[in-house]
Amino acid sequence: MSQKTFGQALNEALTIAMEIDENVFIAGEGVGVSIHQDPNMPTHGLLKKFGRRRVKDTPVSEAAIAGLAVGASCMGLRPVVEIMFFPFITLASDMLINHAGKLRYMSGGKSSFPLTVRVKAGVGFGAGSQHSHNLESWIAHSPGLKIVWPATPEDAKGLLLSAIFDPDPVIVVEDLMLSRMTGEVSTGDIRTPLGKARVVSPGTDCTIVAYGVALYTVIEALKTLSEQGISCEVIDLRSLVPLDKMFILDSVRKTGRLVVVHEANRFCGFGAELAAMVAEEAFDALKGPVIRVGAPQIPVPAAPTHEKIFRPGPEEVVSAVRKAMGK
Amino acid sequence: MTENPIIPDLRIRLYTSMILIRRFEEKIVALSQEPNRMPGMQILANGQEAVATGIVSALEPEDVIISNHRSHGHLLARGADLNSLMAEIMAKDNGVNGGKAGTLHLSVPEINVLMTSTVVGAGSPLAVGAAFAQHYKRAGGITVVFFGDGAAAEGSVHEAMNLAGIWKLPLLFVCENNCWAGAQRHEEHCATPHIFQRAKGYNMPGRSVDGNDVEAVYTIGVELAEYCRSGKGPAFIEALTYRMRGHGEQDRQHYVDPGELETWAARCPIHRYRQKLLDDDVLTEAKIRAIDQDAETRVTVAVAFGDESPYPGPETALTDVFVQPFREGVLP
Repeated sequence: MSQKTFGQALNEALTIAMEIDENVFIAGEGVGVSIHQDPNMPTHGLLKKFGRRRVKDTPVSEAAIAGLAVGASCMGLRPVVEIMFFPFITLASDMLINHAGKLRYMSGGKSSFPLTVRVKAGVGFGAGSQHSHNLESWIAHSPGLKIVWPATPEDAKGLLLSAIFDPDPVIVVEDLMLSRMTGEVSTGDIRTPLGKARVVSPGTDCTIVAYGVALYTVIEALKTLSEQGISCEVIDLRSLVPLDKMFILDSVRKTGRLVVVHEANRFCGFGAELAAMVAEEAFDALKGPVIRVGAPQIPVPAAPTHEKIFRPGPEEVVSAVRKAMGK
Repeated sequence: MTENPIIPDLRIRLYTSMILIRRFEEKIVALSQEPNRMPGMQILANGQEAVATGIVSALEPEDVIISNHRSHGHLLARGADLNSLMAEIMAKDNGVNGGKAGTLHLSVPEINVLMTSTVVGAGSPLAVGAAFAQHYKRAGGITVVFFGDGAAAEGSVHEAMNLAGIWKLPLLFVCENNCWAGAQRHEEHCATPHIFQRAKGYNMPGRSVDGNDVEAVYTIGVELAEYCRSGKGPAFIEALTYRMRGHGEQDRQHYVDPGELETWAARCPIHRYRQKLLDDDVLTEAKIRAIDQDAETRVTVAVAFGDESPYPGPETALTDVFVQPFREGVLP
């Protein structure tokens, strides 16, 4: 174990994957030589270590980058490609949604696509809506794609390694708002299983599910909630697809309440799926309404004052939990 | 180089391949007119047989093919099994993809027809990936991607050509210019009359060929496949041909001048080649009849095979999405 930033943990995962499997290569805009000379970047130093054959800087061509991953993975390689910011995934979405996610099914199981897409997400750095737009629901809604969203450096490393060696396409979301966060990271080749949520903080009155940086918004709210005598069970989802359904249902059956928190737009957001799932499968256990906390239905604003309105804060989590409690 | 480097055996194979494709697709036309025989959109390449046959015959077994919605000819020229191909086109359980591809998404990785994409233009970025893998593994082999003049308008094709050009990938782009993109004539959807000239902009050789002359297609196919194989990078062929039927079988071609169809019918790649082989004493009328009859028989057998195969059962509807099914209690 040692203290690492998120970026360093991701860098360690990429390094290990490339060391243990010659079929792993990385590609993307600036994965070799970047405009940022930042040792905290996940791809920092990889070009020097592994050379130009395996670390491929690409032109600004997201469809070609994603197509590279789909085609190369079908030939037995394990591509790890980077789409710089989440909104740019729209340019790669034909390759991901229509091809990575569908071609195995349509081949009758003959082909497989063990590719990984790393994508940076996050709201709160003033770049506005074409660099910040969390589209996890698009991905999760599309069959054949997996998507994970680590919230700690340890999981960043473990989930990325699992994604790279998973036999199916996985999108790994890297939360920009967490990139400088530090945490204990295990050494060596660690794998966090896809599809396993974890309890961050146990509780009895209300289950709160979050992922990515939203998890820390929830943690910030816990003190106030506890002062109000409300005991919350906080779940870090980690993996949206596969989704650890039983884990969430078990918690909701215990607490009788559910609040979902994410930074994506609330409308048709991933929280809607969790709310529907709990309503369908644990209705009898519910003691109150399921409440979703998410962004209003506007593009991500640029001004800090507007960003603050867009991003759910701890006070919104507190009022959501109170609402779920009927208070 | 001899006057005609194409040996008689090969010439017979080229003819046999083209007539098989023609008969196969003519049968699909006939079956499409019967109720409930052919699910989905049947999209055919009648008139374009010389391109599929000429290019595919120029390849080595390790070479990879990425096809598109007009894929039957590419698959047949590559030697795909007729029975399981026809069954798949009928979306049957014994089809080459278990009925999950249907006519539009056929893939036979066993013979290196790695993927087809019906998203117009999408084959090219996929082909970049396949060619990259060949290059990366240093295993030899090239990738060929077939696409139409319509697809040449897609941004993804340009992204792929650019990337292939930068990385010098062993990738042969084959644009089958069949004069139509849907109901739009070439000059309505393409800013240049000569798509192959775009190759220059991506630093690769680009050539135009009479796509209804199978030997010309084969010859240029061999030449540019060799170029790609030698490590010089990608290359581009524009084969000029004609889409003799509508975009799909529902399309009655109301927008096509019948005179134009007649002109192109007179340039039919199969009739032309048959005459040439007769003139050159490579084949006799009797041998041609035997080859045609054999194609007819193989297609009849394939249809019977497809007819006998059931549709896939409910037990396979939910499989093959992921390699490993999720454990219980996990969605989706």
